[in-house]
Amino acid sequence: MQGQSNFKYEGQKLASWYFTVAMILFGAQLLLGLVAAIQFIYPSFLYGILDFSIARMIHINALVVWMVYAMIGAVYYLLPDETGIEVVGIGIAKLLFWILTLAVTVVVLVFIFIQVGAADIKTIWFITEGREYLEAPRWADIGIVVVVLGFLANTFLTAIKGRRTGIMTVILSDMIALAGLYLAGMFFTDNISMDQYWWWWVIHLWVEATWEVMVGALAAYALIRVVGANRKVVEMWLWIEVAMLFGSGILGLGHHYFWIGTPEYWWEIGALFSALEPLPLVGMFVHVLYDWGKENGFKEKAGEDTSSNNTPALLWLVSNGFGNFLGAGVWGFFHTLPQVNIYTHGTQFTAAHGHLAFFGAYATILIAMFYMAVQGKYGIKKLRATFASKMAIFLITFGVVGMGVALTIAGYEQVLIARAQLGATWDAFFIAQNQTWMAQAMDWRLIMGVVTTVGFFYLVKDLLSISKNPKNVY
Amino acid sequence: MAEKKVSVWSDNRFWQRSATWVTGFASLLLIWLTFDTMGQITMGNQKDINNHITKRVPSATVINYKVEYKMNQRRGHEVPVIGGDDGKGDSLFKVKENFFGRDNYSQKEADALLHLGKLASQAKNCMDCHTLLGNGAYYAPDLTKAWLDPAWQKGGTMQAMTGKSTKEEAMAEFLQNPGKYPTHARMMPNLGITQKEAVGLVAFLKHMATIDTNGFPRGFGKIKEGVVYARSK
Repeated sequence: MQGQSNFKYEGQKLASWYFTVAMILFGAQLLLGLVAAIQFIYPSFLYGILDFSIARMIHINALVVWMVYAMIGAVYYLLPDETGIEVVGIGIAKLLFWILTLAVTVVVLVFIFIQVGAADIKTIWFITEGREYLEAPRWADIGIVVVVLGFLANTFLTAIKGRRTGIMTVILSDMIALAGLYLAGMFFTDNISMDQYWWWWVIHLWVEATWEVMVGALAAYALIRVVGANRKVVEMWLWIEVAMLFGSGILGLGHHYFWIGTPEYWWEIGALFSALEPLPLVGMFVHVLYDWGKENGFKEKAGEDTSSNNTPALLWLVSNGFGNFLGAGVWGFFHTLPQVNIYTHGTQFTAAHGHLAFFGAYATILIAMFYMAVQGKYGIKKLRATFASKMAIFLITFGVVGMGVALTIAGYEQVLIARAQLGATWDAFFIAQNQTWMAQAMDWRLIMGVVTTVGFFYLVKDLLSISKNPKNVY
Repeated sequence: MAEKKVSVWSDNRFWQRSATWVTGFASLLLIWLTFDTMGQITMGNQKDINNHITKRVPSATVINYKVEYKMNQRRGHEVPVIGGDDGKGDSLFKVKENFFGRDNYSQKEADALLHLGKLASQAKNCMDCHTLLGNGAYYAPDLTKAWLDPAWQKGGTMQAMTGKSTKEEAMAEFLQNPGKYPTHARMMPNLGITQKEAVGLVAFLKHMATIDTNGFPRGFGKIKEGVVYARSK
């Protein structure tokens, strides 16, 4: 995304930097995912050099970090649009971007080249914290908190000075919660039940509460920009979504407290509230399609051109509505009741849900934001989909859904054989891993991972070249 | 057109207030439940064991006791049983068991071992291949009740392979030289685990097996016929 820039605001230029790093990390996520997928089939692949634990750790951390980058970028992108003014303290904001990027680079290099340490608190501080998703060492945690505080200051000062919209109010309050929750993951305890209790405060209350609200706000902004939806209606929907998302998601946290040493009452609380979690996702899906159709109807009646002003962004937005509902909602509900979860907990079922949900709920909308940034950067009035745009969305979606289905089958086999039939022991685990159905599922997961990666290359090509599409030149 | 009276259902202020109230209420309920849960999952100490008080997360000194996983009639699922059971699946805290040749670890010694083991579990990224309490990665077996795994008991395949005569020694040996004892094409890598760290890790695993996980995993190691059937295939 280099070259001449039509960005009206420096904040939007900064957003494009965040988006660029997000795309690089997205690529790293796919690469390391492929390594891990190969290791499931050929365990000797990179054994002792880049073991599964390291490949998988970078796979999931790159995922989280690229999404955080893209979300920060998205906020910087819409901030000047929503408030009508330049980001306050843009110089500091740019400095923070470089500090964060440097820190992320150092953490990744340490993960790759040092990997593990001695059983000493120094390892937790400087090498790895060793807690899934939160492996970043403590020094980096503190760095992240400082950078995020700076980011919050930038956005708050801008919002206070500029125009105040409903979308901005939701984003600002959501970001305080998002940042505050990170602190719950920054301590060491010998008590693993206590450890996992607070660990879930970060993981769950991010991805099943605050991130979802962020998606709602980004979708609202995108609907206004891309299909010209009415702000008042969109913001009303947004508040309803916030009520439903937080109403179900905050106590839905209980579905992670079934088996970690926490009391039985979490069975009922977790089951009830997490079973409600898909509802707002249905609502968001209906919302996107409804607004799109409604605005088209208005335009048709007025005899105007009904095509959207950013076709690729709209395609990704619609796939977000559907993917969020399917991946997070349906696949989450599959195994959220304790009666089912006692067998599915800790199997490939979770991995299937993870792949579909992170993609459907987050990757899609963030890619839509990338396309909006391309449109803004080159000042294109109507951005039309190219062959590469279509290949990207088709291959990535097909690939991720394929991986999700393969992992679901693997999970099913694991639940029946390793858990129900054989009682969850070391032998039971490996007997289930050796079954043909598991082996086939793992082959398909790798094939679909390759399909996803090919789609990713189309996406990169498209983001870099769509502005040169002759149809987009006015 | 004259100003129309707007219905409350399409009023943004109404929905904004609703969102605030719902979020506030859910958060307060979560905080209240968190206080209750904190009380219930705080780690116990030797005094609790002496007083026969069953804690959800017991004292680190459980390493001095025999640990089992049995059906509890009152609870309707399996629970960890420490130091023998009363016939109904509740712990008696009586029957001791040697852990690396001793059954008299003091509170301080046991706490130190558990601390070392928990640190090692993080420093070696265990969770990025295994699951602990069912959370982590799905490349290697769940370790929640690994201490009770038949493979490590007397006559079990893993204990036999390491040539050790107790399960704690067998586990410690395996952890230090995983490449020497492959159980599957998918081998555990050598993570540079020292003798001391291995002892800490085994203490951590034994302690984790005593955490009351509400019956997870169900039927752990109980279904022998199934194993024979699947192996014969």
